[in-house]
Amino acid sequence: MIKVQNVRKSFGDLEVLKGIDLEVQKGEVLSVIGGSGSGKSTLLYCINAIEKIQGGKIFVDDIDVHAKATNKDKLRQKLGMVFQQWNSFPHMTVLENVALGPQVVKKIAKEEAIEIARKELEHVGLGDKFDVYPTKMSGGQQQRLAIARALAMKPDYMLFDEVTSALDPELVGEVLDTLRLLREDGMTMICVTHEIAFAREVSDQVAFFNQGVIDEIGRPEQVISNPQKETTQSFLSKVLS
Amino acid sequence: MNYEFHWNVVFQKMPELLQGAFVTLHVSVLSMVLGIVIAVFLAIAKMNNKPPFNYMASTWIEIARNTPALFQIYMAYFGLGAFGIHLSPYMAVLCALVFINAGYLAETFRGGFQSIPDAQYNASKSLGMTNFQTYRYIILPQMFRRIYHPMTNQFVWAILMSSLGILVGMNELSGETQRFQSLSFRTLEFFMVTAVLYYIITKFVLLSAALISKRLFRGEI
Ligand SMILES: Nc1ncnc2c1ncn2[C@@H]1O[C@H](COP(=O)(O)OP(=O)(O)OP(=O)(O)O)[C@@H](O)[C@H]1O
Ligand SMILES: [Mg+2]
Repeated sequence: MIKVQNVRKSFGDLEVLKGIDLEVQKGEVLSVIGGSGSGKSTLLYCINAIEKIQGGKIFVDDIDVHAKATNKDKLRQKLGMVFQQWNSFPHMTVLENVALGPQVVKKIAKEEAIEIARKELEHVGLGDKFDVYPTKMSGGQQQRLAIARALAMKPDYMLFDEVTSALDPELVGEVLDTLRLLREDGMTMICVTHEIAFAREVSDQVAFFNQGVIDEIGRPEQVISNPQKETTQSFLSKVLS
Repeated sequence: MNYEFHWNVVFQKMPELLQGAFVTLHVSVLSMVLGIVIAVFLAIAKMNNKPPFNYMASTWIEIARNTPALFQIYMAYFGLGAFGIHLSPYMAVLCALVFINAGYLAETFRGGFQSIPDAQYNASKSLGMTNFQTYRYIILPQMFRRIYHPMTNQFVWAILMSSLGILVGMNELSGETQRFQSLSFRTLEFFMVTAVLYYIITKFVLLSAALISKRLFRGEI
């Protein structure tokens, strides 16, 4: 379970998260929607401790993420993350990209790590790209590679930061299909997304972020189909039109 | 102009000259290897803004880049001598070249590090890699790829600057040439041959570097 309690985060004088509360149970999917600059990405970076927080607490399986004593590197093994801008390691082949984590972080023997990497790549439909260098692939393929790379670590949770927003429209579908697949496998996920229809389809909860606060959170049929707050309504009418 | 060339004297001394060329190559290779290792730490120290390491790194880099190589060699040979530390000519030249290589390369590396997007660090950290693993597997390989050519230029510079060994009586190529020409007075012949030898050494190094880079850097960046 991921628990976020009254989390505050500032960059200098700019307060970006102003008391965020939410909970994601095992097996649930939470989608986070909201305008640009509302703090969606920042929340994900705080959950896996890439960014520090100034107030509140975050728990992952009852581990206090930001406690001094917490081993952040170890914690991040539980949390797979895929970023908005695809960021494969350009100096390694596709297979090496995926095998690296298991081999180096989990100290799994090379052959076994490669076996894991093959499976994950086949799972996301990149079974024919093992020896290709990532820069030779399309954005959609690189984004699926990033997903496979995160999954190879066998994380308990996946954090997705607008993984389709930098893609050409015709490549969005293949990446969303991969996410649907994950949901069917029962993966616990937090998806920051602009794909409202997708959020409605796959989510157990949807959170609407507005300038660092959650204006509305609840079941998708409530937040997306029947929003109560005016801010949510106007955001949705803008992105859906 | 009726200078008469006498090449025989030079060719008789060829084994010694080649021995000198080997010392030249030796000292410059070693100065690069040590310089590269130190430069990585200097670059990281300077970027990390943690006193006192960032100040130490900056001071090193400033001195190395803004004072003549001749000065460094004299400092290592005569300067340290004044404090009772007596280095051999070889060690003095090696220390000076390492000092300068590290200073120049640190700035090159720093540029290389900064050209790697933060996203690469974040992606690596998000896999659970430690800082050391991130540098070892993700950052350094890409950094070296990007600064490979300036680094080979530094190598050529080190080879050529090692000729200053002549001033402290080191037995590298220039020192040997100096010795033989003063014995035989065939100054022009000796230095012409030596110039050709330097040219061959640097070409050899550049060619090797190009071949190694083909093996080392397969992916595109
Ligand atoms: N490293 C940083 N340093 C300073 N300010 C930052 C940093 N990262 C984000 N910000 C600021 O924090 C605010 C929230 O940014 P964040 O990236 O979380 O927004 P977002 O909701 O993900 O927006 P988008 O939909 O555009 O990705 C923005 O005003 C942004 O400029
Ligand atoms: Mg964002």
